[in-house]
Amino acid sequence: MPVEFDPHRVVQVLGQTETFAQGDVACAYGALLGGCDFFAGYPITPATEVAEAMARLLPRIGGAVLQMEDEIASLSAVIGAAWAGSRAMTATSGPGFSLMQENIGYACMTETPCVIVNVQRSGPSTGQPTEPSQGDMLQARWGTHGDHEIIALAPASVQECVDLTRDAFDLAEKYRNPVLVMTDGEVGHMRERVRLPAADELEIRPRGEPTTSPEEYVPFLAVKGGQIPEMANFGTGYHTYVTGLTHDERGLPATDDATTHSRLVRRLCQKISSDVDTLTRVERDDEDGATVGIVSYGISARSAAGAIRILRGEGERLNHLRLIGVFPFPEKAVQDFAEGLDRIVVPELNLGQICHLVREAVNGTAKIELVPKIGGEILTPDEIIQAVKHGGESV
Amino acid sequence: MFNKAINIKDKYIRQEMWPSIFCTGCGIGNVLNYTLRAIDSLQIDIDRTVFCSGIGCSSRLPGYVDADGLHTTHGRAIAFATGVKMSDPELTVIVFTGDGDMAGIGGNHFIHAARRNLDLTVICINNFNYGMTGGQVSPTTPPEAMSATTPYGNLEEPFDLSRLAIGAGAPYVARWTMGFPYETITAIEGALRTEGFGFVEILAPCPTGFGKGNEQRDAVTSWEWYKDNTITRAELAELSPEERKANTKTVIGTLWQTDKPEYGKRWRELVQRLQSEPDLSG
Amino acid sequence: MKKEIRIVGFGGQGIILAGVILGEAATRAGHWAVQTQSYGPESRGGGARSEVVISSDPIDYPRVRRADVVVALSQEGYEKYGREPGIPTVVVDSDLVEAETVQSLPFTKTAEEVGHKIVSNIVMVGYLGALLDVVPHELLEETVLANIPEGTEELNARALAAGRVLYENHAG
Repeated sequence: MPVEFDPHRVVQVLGQTETFAQGDVACAYGALLGGCDFFAGYPITPATEVAEAMARLLPRIGGAVLQMEDEIASLSAVIGAAWAGSRAMTATSGPGFSLMQENIGYACMTETPCVIVNVQRSGPSTGQPTEPSQGDMLQARWGTHGDHEIIALAPASVQECVDLTRDAFDLAEKYRNPVLVMTDGEVGHMRERVRLPAADELEIRPRGEPTTSPEEYVPFLAVKGGQIPEMANFGTGYHTYVTGLTHDERGLPATDDATTHSRLVRRLCQKISSDVDTLTRVERDDEDGATVGIVSYGISARSAAGAIRILRGEGERLNHLRLIGVFPFPEKAVQDFAEGLDRIVVPELNLGQICHLVREAVNGTAKIELVPKIGGEILTPDEIIQAVKHGGESV
Repeated sequence: MFNKAINIKDKYIRQEMWPSIFCTGCGIGNVLNYTLRAIDSLQIDIDRTVFCSGIGCSSRLPGYVDADGLHTTHGRAIAFATGVKMSDPELTVIVFTGDGDMAGIGGNHFIHAARRNLDLTVICINNFNYGMTGGQVSPTTPPEAMSATTPYGNLEEPFDLSRLAIGAGAPYVARWTMGFPYETITAIEGALRTEGFGFVEILAPCPTGFGKGNEQRDAVTSWEWYKDNTITRAELAELSPEERKANTKTVIGTLWQTDKPEYGKRWRELVQRLQSEPDLSG
Repeated sequence: MKKEIRIVGFGGQGIILAGVILGEAATRAGHWAVQTQSYGPESRGGGARSEVVISSDPIDYPRVRRADVVVALSQEGYEKYGREPGIPTVVVDSDLVEAETVQSLPFTKTAEEVGHKIVSNIVMVGYLGALLDVVPHELLEETVLANIPEGTEELNARALAAGRVLYENHAG
């Protein structure tokens, strides 16, 4: 049977509660804290350190680690393990993330909880393997074919690599969906102070068994009027048939039935989209009388915070909205933020991805300006200051 | 020996999924029968059995079994099965796959799983084509055979899947055809009993996909083709050395059987060892 | 208090380790610190840059914006990063870099004297530790010892101390 979560063992294996760690390794810490007991991955710069840390740590808590033959196999094994009862994770970067898209869709369609860490690097294609970027953000939302929803978190610090990876597991279990932790080569390889929780601060809600008996259980029928069915692990007598084909509530293929397909896919989407308020996770920092705001996420939020500190020191007024959860996109929070602002500056390490969603949400009430940067260096505060003072790229 | 009296359909089949999608003369249903009989004969707990498959006609089998089933993405069943088995090693994990699914798109996962030697049972139904999509050439299509994507005849050489499995490190490899039901059941039992990667290749007719263009329009002509083009290990042993050397027929039987450390067991031994180390922190 | 330190050189010189040690030691001393690096995928020979920001307050922008100290262990690194106007302290390794009007210190030579030139980065850390004066030497030593291979403790401790002595002899 999959490993039972033992907080004391996890804490013992992780060692010190205060440490100076790399973002990638911090993701591994977060995974263990989140109850992960299965990891399958493939080496890829700059995410390899996640796999290496998991390979060192996971067997010590009794979990399983596999280096699979490629990224497709890695996510395949993760999904298989999830159905056998594990909290399972993989980690990769752009090229591997591209390979995983088919299986991400499979996990959405089959409502398989799993966590995927993408330590974004400069692309497209092989690009600059050792350089960071935020170039996979829209791919995170729409990389796999068909209508689906995704939950994506964007750590902006090594501490958040721990905390958000940990949270990702609970989110994956709750919504029965893949959850993406979108870090980048900068956060992944930088080192910062991290604080790890003590054993008594750790708690996992185990998946448990469905509340209905195997005879009464309908695998893809949400209980009690909700949108999310209870999951029955393989091997517990529930005889669940899991398929990526369009299926009815019994899990049986129903590809000829438009109504069933529509009902299924709408539910898969709505279970997340209708919960966007609960899933919205932002950090807002306002100043009275500001007319310019910055919407940022991930590593660029650090650059933005630096710019804001310097500008405020010069007497400028600026508001800042940091997206911690990027998908489902917090439209309302962005709309709210835009009220009273003339301009919103969006710094990204790409040629403009999230800025378009900001523009869509803001819907004309403020001008959206992009501060794009590619090539590997993160945005400097001065580059953002420049855009705030003299205008960014129109979106 | 298996219990002939048992009604496989009542005991194991997911009734709501029946009748199956298989064409007249298809061999895939037979394979399901043989597999369930093997499971029954070994008294494997169906509640603790998981069937994995990819995409294709062969991959539809898990849907017909009243058990946990994982119908995955094309070619990836073995990788999914690896995760299932590593997470819960006490499950019996069986993969149903086809020649295209396993050796085309799935080739990489197949050879690595054989090399890794995790305790899985992989049943590959080889009907020499991609049947579900209409009979395109596959990695096992015989040379010069017709197919939807080789309308002038196949110019490529096929894999010998069993040899590939042996070469990749599988400790148990058997191959049979539709003409040998009892032997096939026994072979599947052998694979299930193997603590490691047990591989059974079963040549099966596909009158609709492969057969139509290659003068095997029904099961009967397919079975005759098997008779003319395969040779058992026992028959091969009776030939003279020159005849054996000149043999071009596909060899069937238990082709390879050896003992080697099983991956999951080695992993658990490592985990055990680590637990007893004084300093766990990493 | 905020110190922005930039160390540049080649891959293989241990400059990233030096940055990690400084950052970790600063953390142990109760400060906030971020350590970052840039380098090519090759293990040896490509350009490498290690940056550390140490502060009494949480750090937003994680990289060096206005370097307080630049240490160059390669000519190329010095040319690229050591010649910007306005850097308060620029230090080069006298054996590896030809430069005028900057502090030129024998990190490599000192390392050889102490036992092996491979610890030249630790000599440099000892020097920087004294120069920055935000981490007590004992804490710096503790951090060095936690980050070097077993069996090399004495060599590294000597290198660190020698680096500190270099600072004391050249201060001002």
